[in-house]
Amino acid sequence: MKKLIIALAASAALLGGLSTGAQAQEKKKVCFIYVGSRTDGGWTQAHDVGRQQLDKALGSKVETPFLENVPEGPDAERAIERMARSGCDLVFTTSFGFMDATVKVAQKFPNVKFEHATGFKAAPNLATYNSRFYEGRYIQGQIAAKMSKKGLAGYIASFPIPEVVMGINAFELGAKSINPDFKLKVVWANTWFDPGKEADAAKALIDQGVDILTQHTDTTAPMQVAAERGILAFGQASDMIAAGPKTQLTAIVDTWGAYYIKRAQALLDGTWKSEQIWDGLKDGILTMAPYTNMPDDVKAMAEETEAKIKSGELHPFTGPINKQDGSPWLKAGEKADDGTLLGMNFYVEGVDDKLPK
Amino acid sequence: MFEAILLTVITASTPLVIAALGELVTERAGVLNLGVEGMMIMGAVCAFAATQMTGSPYIGILAGILGGGAFSLLFGFLTLTLVANQVATGLALTILGLGLSGQLGEAFVGQPGIKLQPIVFPLLSDIPFFGRVLFRQDLTFYLSMALVIGINWFLFKSRAGLKMRAIGDNHASAHALGINVIRTRYLAVMFGGACAGLAGAQLSLVYTPQWVENMSAGRGWIALALVVFASWRPWRVLAGGYLFGAVTIGQLHAQAFGIGIPSQFLSALPYAATIVVLIIISHNRRTTLINTPASLGKPFVPDR
Repeated sequence: MKKLIIALAASAALLGGLSTGAQAQEKKKVCFIYVGSRTDGGWTQAHDVGRQQLDKALGSKVETPFLENVPEGPDAERAIERMARSGCDLVFTTSFGFMDATVKVAQKFPNVKFEHATGFKAAPNLATYNSRFYEGRYIQGQIAAKMSKKGLAGYIASFPIPEVVMGINAFELGAKSINPDFKLKVVWANTWFDPGKEADAAKALIDQGVDILTQHTDTTAPMQVAAERGILAFGQASDMIAAGPKTQLTAIVDTWGAYYIKRAQALLDGTWKSEQIWDGLKDGILTMAPYTNMPDDVKAMAEETEAKIKSGELHPFTGPINKQDGSPWLKAGEKADDGTLLGMNFYVEGVDDKLPK
Repeated sequence: MFEAILLTVITASTPLVIAALGELVTERAGVLNLGVEGMMIMGAVCAFAATQMTGSPYIGILAGILGGGAFSLLFGFLTLTLVANQVATGLALTILGLGLSGQLGEAFVGQPGIKLQPIVFPLLSDIPFFGRVLFRQDLTFYLSMALVIGINWFLFKSRAGLKMRAIGDNHASAHALGINVIRTRYLAVMFGGACAGLAGAQLSLVYTPQWVENMSAGRGWIALALVVFASWRPWRVLAGGYLFGAVTIGQLHAQAFGIGIPSQFLSALPYAATIVVLIIISHNRRTTLINTPASLGKPFVPDR
């Protein structure tokens, strides 16, 4: 009897093993870790739209499980490891704060491939991918300078990391290319996601006289406040036009779908390599929401700038540019290199804020 | 300018005050419910959903109150009837609330909300400054003020309030005196849940009229801390809530104004201020002990 049971168990295990083996050959698992809710209306939603596009394009060959609301910090490592252990072939970790956790898990699972969004630490099985958000912010700055009556915009920032500082600088440079005296007020909310606090920051900036608002946080709350107070604003990460039909000028829309499909295809073809990708408007990883609530000439200017950035004719960080204290940074015609941009820890001239250290 | 800041402070402080007042009553009855965050977010989603479906934010407010109250019944059943551990059950309630609200609210994500409009008192609202600040607010603000006065009266001036405090201080003695401990605690838990639900409704109908998952963003925990901060006194809850709100908003204005203080320090300021005040009031050990419900968090099983 005992032998029979063992034999049965063994054959069952064999069958089970065979069938999962066959399945694994059929379908690859491409997994996603989200920092927020996939319905946040901003950053995480943009990633989830990309995942759904991947599902649609390669659904017969890949599965796309995801984990949402994974906090940055010690818990992230556990969540990523859980994904790796569950048989994922490729894991996308979609927040800057997952960087060190992804590096650690990638070391433990050399056969699993990882891709970390917006980070700078890579390994043979860990690629990084990022979007040149600053290109969109430069265009926003130009629009702001045209549309602001006071020459003063407000910027709701999250954390003083290079990514955010770069965005603030690009916005100010765009604005200054139109109005050399343009000023920018910055408020640090010290959070990516807190509708209430983002709304409070928006109210504080408006009460201090800004008439254009832009944000580097994840919810539509600032857009709503701008709409209520009757000023104009820019959306972030997703098209936020629903929150402010008469308020949104444009939005930086993250369009990760094409990239996710490309990388999943590379995985299927066996050609996946660890790369450090930093794409922009021209690659379609970043698009501008329709230019709305502005006169035609401003719209034409924005479209022209967008075309120039796409063609490579215009680089937002082209000298002469001074640092905030007036000391020279880039000489006339000189372009900032990617390394400097990715480690940016200083403001350019015209930003009315003291950078937190 | 000062008026504008004050109006922002009121919006930011009101949900904290309301949720903390509810928890204060629950704790005065000797029950520690750590699920405020979960009940608040359930209130927020119920209020938003009801408003979207009926078009009336007042029905939304009612739905928020009922949603929070009904959700707290789960806590009541587990801890009062089944005598489960209150701390663990409260934490579970928060986790459940955050998850469940996300599920319930999925259909409402991204929909532009309907804002609860202010109720304007004629004549009174024309008084310079005070009229704008005090008599041109929405229902939740008036309710928060009424709750402070009402709860203070109930706890310290009414017979029922005295009985409830007796239960919170020594449930065995109260039981021996013939007071129905379990029933009173059920009511106190539900009142706390209803207040947390109302606070949640304020979030999704007044503060930021929209629904996003996790939109309470830790305000339930701040409300819990406020109760201890206030040493279980309603007026101190009001003062604490407004102090916290004022420092939070003040630091944003300080940043926008361009005062060169690091923003991380400013962001930590509300919490630091709370700790400093806590140290000051807990300095006098005797008054702290007098105010603390002695049976807080202890399970009660009637012996007969």
